[in-house]
Amino acid sequence: MRHLLDTVHLSREDAIRILDVAETMSDVSGREVKKLPALRGRTVVNLFFEDSTRTRISFEAAAKRLSADVINFSAKGSSVSKGESLKDTAQTLQAIGADAVVIRHPASGAAQRLARTDWIDAAIVNAGDGTHAHPTQALLDALTLRRELAARAGVEPTGRGLDGARVVIVGDVLHSRVARSDVWLMHTLGARVTLVAPPTLLPVGIETWPCDVEYDLDNALATGPDAVMMLRVQAERMHGAFFPSVAEYSRRWGLNEARLGLLTPEAIIMHPGPMNRGLEISAAAADSPRSRVLAQVANGVAVRMAVLYLVLSGAPSTEGA
Amino acid sequence: MSAYLIRNAALLGEEPTDLLLVDGIITTVAAGGSLEAPGAEVIDAVGLVALPGLVDPHTHLREPGREDAETVETGTRAAAKGGYTAVAAMANSLPVADTAGVVEQVWGLGRESGWVDVHPVGAVTVGLEGKALAELGAMAESRAQVRMFSDDGHCVSDPVLMRRALEYVKAYDGVVAQHAQEPRLTEGAQMNEGIVSAELGLPGWPAVAEEAIIARDVLLTEHVGSRLHVCHVSTAGSVEILRWAKARGVNVTAEVTPHHLLLTDELVREYDPVYKVNPPLRTAADVEALRAAVADGTIDCIGTDHAPHPTEAKECEWAAAAMGMTGLETALPVVQHALVETGLITWADVARIMSATPATIARMEGQGRPLAEGEPANLTLVDPAATTIVNPDTHATKGRNSPYRGMSLPGAVRHVFFQGKQTVRAGELVHSSTAAKAEA
Repeated sequence: MRHLLDTVHLSREDAIRILDVAETMSDVSGREVKKLPALRGRTVVNLFFEDSTRTRISFEAAAKRLSADVINFSAKGSSVSKGESLKDTAQTLQAIGADAVVIRHPASGAAQRLARTDWIDAAIVNAGDGTHAHPTQALLDALTLRRELAARAGVEPTGRGLDGARVVIVGDVLHSRVARSDVWLMHTLGARVTLVAPPTLLPVGIETWPCDVEYDLDNALATGPDAVMMLRVQAERMHGAFFPSVAEYSRRWGLNEARLGLLTPEAIIMHPGPMNRGLEISAAAADSPRSRVLAQVANGVAVRMAVLYLVLSGAPSTEGA
Repeated sequence: MSAYLIRNAALLGEEPTDLLLVDGIITTVAAGGSLEAPGAEVIDAVGLVALPGLVDPHTHLREPGREDAETVETGTRAAAKGGYTAVAAMANSLPVADTAGVVEQVWGLGRESGWVDVHPVGAVTVGLEGKALAELGAMAESRAQVRMFSDDGHCVSDPVLMRRALEYVKAYDGVVAQHAQEPRLTEGAQMNEGIVSAELGLPGWPAVAEEAIIARDVLLTEHVGSRLHVCHVSTAGSVEILRWAKARGVNVTAEVTPHHLLLTDELVREYDPVYKVNPPLRTAADVEALRAAVADGTIDCIGTDHAPHPTEAKECEWAAAAMGMTGLETALPVVQHALVETGLITWADVARIMSATPATIARMEGQGRPLAEGEPANLTLVDPAATTIVNPDTHATKGRNSPYRGMSLPGAVRHVFFQGKQTVRAGELVHSSTAAKAEA
């Protein structure tokens, strides 16, 4: 795997390989000495054009547990705000000798630009680009769900997909890179995904996506999903006439206590964080035993270790682009 | 005296014909191989198609203000190389061409360069801001004789202002060329809104934002009895509205760009900003509808919307990139490929949509005339059998932002005559009419 840019072009084989390696990495995180020598001498740059402490420290922990040297490059603002251009930044990192660049950028396609141009030779890992893709988030979601399904079936998760699982993703799909990456990855792994949102927060053109679309959350929950993922509602959406009020959104698309009661006993709740308690998710749901929010965070480190290991170990495979 | 004898050119793609050009006039038109003209330079045009000099109703020459992107000199060289003898230069320069002074400057620069006629387009509103009418009368009566007014790049979205502009230009036989883009529906828009934008997570630019303005404007034009030109039509829905308006007798004309006749939003998938353009590349169904609309006359002409940008404006992430593509030097090959070789139109139609009609719309005297005795000697000889791999690095424009880089396109402009002087010989620039030595 040369780069990890999105999940649309990630094969089932490669996705399962990442998840399987992540299971191994997960064991490392459980040890007293949480460190492997796998990437000793390799340099990983966390190139963050957007604030995201959670994602950055997750990648940083992942790289450090593999003994890589980590450089954090916080480049807030981009060529849009008359700062250094993305090309110049990339060439600077090339000159410094970066082996892998983990990039978070507000512009959709920024990671792909780095991978497709001759600006830099390093492996590119997309840590979220605009409203396009966030593949490591989708992979950690898949890892979390796969473990759950395996435990329920009393088998080992390794080597398996998400075949037959039903996942409901609720919220601002239009602006969500997480939703886009989840839909394609979970579909590739055999799950059936239903997106639930107000029609204003679903993109025109969604009819070709490999998932179902539903406006009514209660209808979606009544089908007995294995997992419900709540997406964060960004503050700026509240002023764009996407929905009449926070209260109405919360009533119709929030995971409140009443809706918790509609879930099957095994169903889990996921959220990519940070949560808006009381808006898209109630405290009761966030703190319930069904919640896997903290497991997601822990799995994020394992998945990112796996991705960094695979893009830097040069193992031949199809390109997860 | 300057004299050229063009021998055996296929006149509008038809019979081999000889044309004698003397002192800027086509003096004789006769059967192929029948003319002798001692002293005249002979151009062997066997296999070449003779067209009237091409006329672009929509060019961005960038001067004054953005000479790093293009100048009148480089832009008109590109035009000549592309087979053009006249261009309409859009008003979005710095300062904006919203006064008699600026349009006369651009007009004067065009005269000095002498590669093609440069007709400045006047801004409709002061500073292209859409708030107050610019001095349309002063621009009309200036030496530049402006007849086409446009805020191109911006839509005259205020319906009252648009109505007033349409009314006011009637006094000068003017036309308002509208950039149809409803601004609220396209805030932050990055590409055509549809299947591809949904997947790529780029804010969508809905077709309705164009169509709603065209629908409003044809009704306003009918109401006040004026003349409207719609710039760069890009959607199938716009075509339907124009067809309806023309059937009602509304005095509306429309242009389409070469790129909207060939390229689709599928190209955006790699996020290469060379494909970022306003209006955006649409779907294959739109391309088909636009081609059919040219063939049936609903769309009247080809406008290149030639929009050169410096390299750094495209060497960046998609959202930060400038919108626009170069087009002057590839327009005719794209039209041949998309419309002639598909059997939709003939070479006579090419002469109509790329010369006669745009000249009439923009009221350019001496341009777009028939290739007949007594007419001005503005003509282009194109080799339809040639094939060119597009290499923007060899183009005369300063812009390298051609979306056709590496593509194989048919047809090549061989010779161009502007006011009876040869500006292009064997595909290369020679002299402008003001005899400034070509350096290219």
